[in-house]
Amino acid sequence: MHQYPLWKTVTLIVATLLGALYALPNVYRESPAVQIATLSGDALPADFGDEVAKALAADQLSDESSRAEKNQWVVRFASTETQLKAVDSLKQALGPTYVVALNLASNTPAWLEAIGAKPMPLGLDLRGGVHLLLEVDIDDARKAAVQRYLSDLPTFLRKQDIRYTARRAQGDTVVLEFADADKLEKARAAISKEYKELTVTVPAGSTPTLQARMSDEEAKRIVDYAVQQNLITLRNRVNRLGVTEPVVQRQGADRILLQLPGVQDPTRAKVILSSTATLEYRAVDETIGAAESAAQTGLIPPDDDLFYTREGHRPYLLKKDVIVSGPQLVDAAPTVDQQSGTPAVSVTLDSTGASKMFDFTRQNVGKPMAVLYKETVYDTNHNAQGDEIRERRDINDIINVANIREPFGKRFQTTGLGQKEAHDLSELLKSGALAAPIAIVEERTVGPSLGADNIRRGTEAAIAGFCLVVVFMAVYYTVFGLFADIALLLNVIILVAVLSVFQATLTMPGIAGMVLTLGMAVDANVLINERIREELRLGLSPHAAMNAGYERAFLTIADSNVTTFIAAFVLFLLGQGSVKGFAVTLMIGLATSIFTATVGTRTIAHYVFKGRKLKDLPV
Amino acid sequence: MRVFSRVPKIDFMAQRKVALGLSILLSLIAIGLIIGRGLNFGIDFKGGVLVEVVYPQTVQLEDVRGSLNKGGYPDAVVQYFGNTSDVLIRLLPQAGTDGASKAASAEISTKVLQALDAQRNHVQLRRIEFVGPEVGKELSEDGVIALFFAFLGIGIYVAFRFEWKFSFGSIAALTHDAIMTVGFLSLIQEEFDLTTLAGVLAMLGYSNNETIVIFDRVRENLIGLRKQPVMDIINLSINQTLLRSIITHFTVLMVLFCLFFFGGKSVHSFSVAMIVGVLVATYSSIYISSGVTVLLDIKREDLIPPEDHTKANGRDKDGAVV
Repeated sequence: MHQYPLWKTVTLIVATLLGALYALPNVYRESPAVQIATLSGDALPADFGDEVAKALAADQLSDESSRAEKNQWVVRFASTETQLKAVDSLKQALGPTYVVALNLASNTPAWLEAIGAKPMPLGLDLRGGVHLLLEVDIDDARKAAVQRYLSDLPTFLRKQDIRYTARRAQGDTVVLEFADADKLEKARAAISKEYKELTVTVPAGSTPTLQARMSDEEAKRIVDYAVQQNLITLRNRVNRLGVTEPVVQRQGADRILLQLPGVQDPTRAKVILSSTATLEYRAVDETIGAAESAAQTGLIPPDDDLFYTREGHRPYLLKKDVIVSGPQLVDAAPTVDQQSGTPAVSVTLDSTGASKMFDFTRQNVGKPMAVLYKETVYDTNHNAQGDEIRERRDINDIINVANIREPFGKRFQTTGLGQKEAHDLSELLKSGALAAPIAIVEERTVGPSLGADNIRRGTEAAIAGFCLVVVFMAVYYTVFGLFADIALLLNVIILVAVLSVFQATLTMPGIAGMVLTLGMAVDANVLINERIREELRLGLSPHAAMNAGYERAFLTIADSNVTTFIAAFVLFLLGQGSVKGFAVTLMIGLATSIFTATVGTRTIAHYVFKGRKLKDLPV
Repeated sequence: MRVFSRVPKIDFMAQRKVALGLSILLSLIAIGLIIGRGLNFGIDFKGGVLVEVVYPQTVQLEDVRGSLNKGGYPDAVVQYFGNTSDVLIRLLPQAGTDGASKAASAEISTKVLQALDAQRNHVQLRRIEFVGPEVGKELSEDGVIALFFAFLGIGIYVAFRFEWKFSFGSIAALTHDAIMTVGFLSLIQEEFDLTTLAGVLAMLGYSNNETIVIFDRVRENLIGLRKQPVMDIINLSINQTLLRSIITHFTVLMVLFCLFFFGGKSVHSFSVAMIVGVLVATYSSIYISSGVTVLLDIKREDLIPPEDHTKANGRDKDGAVV
């Protein structure tokens, strides 16, 4: 008798066990939960559990469990209703230094999580949420850059004592005119030396004219900067929105994809995302002890404002006069100080800002200067009647205080920072600078009720489809039909396991893909079984017919699935969002179904019929 | 359960010319429909705003239109979605592409909700979809590119695994299926969005699966049964695979109908596209792909692998017949 290869049996058993193990987390229902973390990302205080319990008890809300998980505190609730109430009362009780967010907490047992088994994340169309595609207005960023050069270049020339007769912007180009060729040449040399990012050309013509144009790299850098800046700002704001597992990522050259699962109020999300932040460089009032006493007594000198540092909450009195503000900041990047070799932040100002900064620093060498971060945020809370109230809150944080070592203008460095501090400061500076405007070019919001409906409908369709196919196969092919049914079940388990391991997002089209896979997966068994019947008709012995059937059908199965795979792959490459989910499910489903339908049923058939004398096959 | 105790003997290829003629006629009608009547493009491709809301009780569309009118949206298309408390509101993309109007159109969904909230308070938001005109254009372009590459990829694969005449046959069948399916969608004015496109592409992959199963058999029989004329072999192959085709179509249609009936609106157009596609594919895999391949005068030599050729030639010299 034909020797059946052992490796196939072993592979099948291993695949089944692993599949069952990694598909298992999807069985555990997720609980509505509230997740709490500190805004700064620091560890939670030791007695935090009591604080949470007190806040919940005050509003007579009962939780299912309340404990620290990783860096966060997670409170699970029995119903979404309690969860929503709890968010409001926790927000109020804990104050703005904590991020309180809605979440679906997994109930996967610890031993499963330990081996990395996680349930498939649900797409926005299934769990509800907001999907936004934002476009950064790069034309605006470019125009702003040209305008900056239009005012910077003449200022620079005046300082070099080179006189020009006219200046204007012509599209992407700054055009300067001079009285004679000598001045033109001087200007060309000076500008080329100072502004390496500009391409300077001298067109032939009657008037000596110079054209300065951003190099392609510079133009690309400006666009990148504008997008990056918006990304950082959006990330910070999304964190404040209290969304778990948000997606904020760049898409293509000038777009940003934003996914906010669980957000039920798109209007509120949009308000928060479009809030504006700015920066102010201000002088520090150096009177010893004045800040502390002002903080205690509330008596603030008439020329000063009292602010606190973001880290450590130390009071400072800042002069009311603003030296330079956000819109004048052109660039901020973490760097390394050339002299000391320590982390620093390099800041670039535009010409107006630069001359103001130069005037100020020249007169104040050795004195401290502070950077104030100002932002208006909107919090939504619920009042006693359960109505929404939108509260405006101003954030005014000192993010850096440094001594002026020497006079500076256009470019300067803030030193004396740690690696992380330098990184954080540059990001804060960027988010306070004037960002290129962004517009929403695509929005897909799914309310939670529709999401729940979609899950229910998808599951119903999948179960109905599965049952029909299983019954049909068993009736039509009897024992071999049952083999196919076992293979189909195995296929579903392995497919779910693979999708879970890859953490592929499950979407409604993804469920459709799974249902479709169910229908198409048995095709392989139909091919095999029909082939076995045929071989039996040709007079082959049952065992020989079985072998021939599997062998001959295999190539056809592979060939016929490849083309569906090609179509799915094209869809995967070009599709977006939920359609990609369909493509991924279909591709993986095809692969797993070939495996279970061939190796799976073959192995089962082998062990069922092994050593038996057969007159006919139950096919 | 065995429906047929032996392989049926239907002379499919006898009517191939009639079938081809009929297909060409139907395809022309379908193309006429697509051009004349057009497709009911969803906002994925057309751009615009779609807001679905649920009222706590039955609502009159006139009331909704009234409040939208007051809110400044007299052009809004308002219709029931499923039942009389579920309302779908559509707005066409706003004209103008400058920054200001871009921002304005993104706020429409918010303003629409405000307009409705003013009228009645317990309106529950089901979904908002807003696709800017630019994104809509890109999605359409991507859709066309996806269709093109699906055709190309499948064509190359069939040419690689079989032979160019078969490849031509598959492409002809695919084109036929795509035209008929899209034509049908145009006829019933089913909404055509990204998910529908996914359905059409999946259907193309599946339709070709059919063709390949037949071609596989044709190849096997051409090599195995040397004596028989090609036409008989094609007929035999179709008959041999016929039962399998029927059963597979049956199981696929079963799950598709489950999606159609239970899956809800979001996969409605997807399941319609696939159901139509599967039905059309049954016919086209027999008459179009095989028919065109016969039309291109497929020969036994086309399919015998080159190395077999040399072997055969070598043996011919010795006077042996393979």
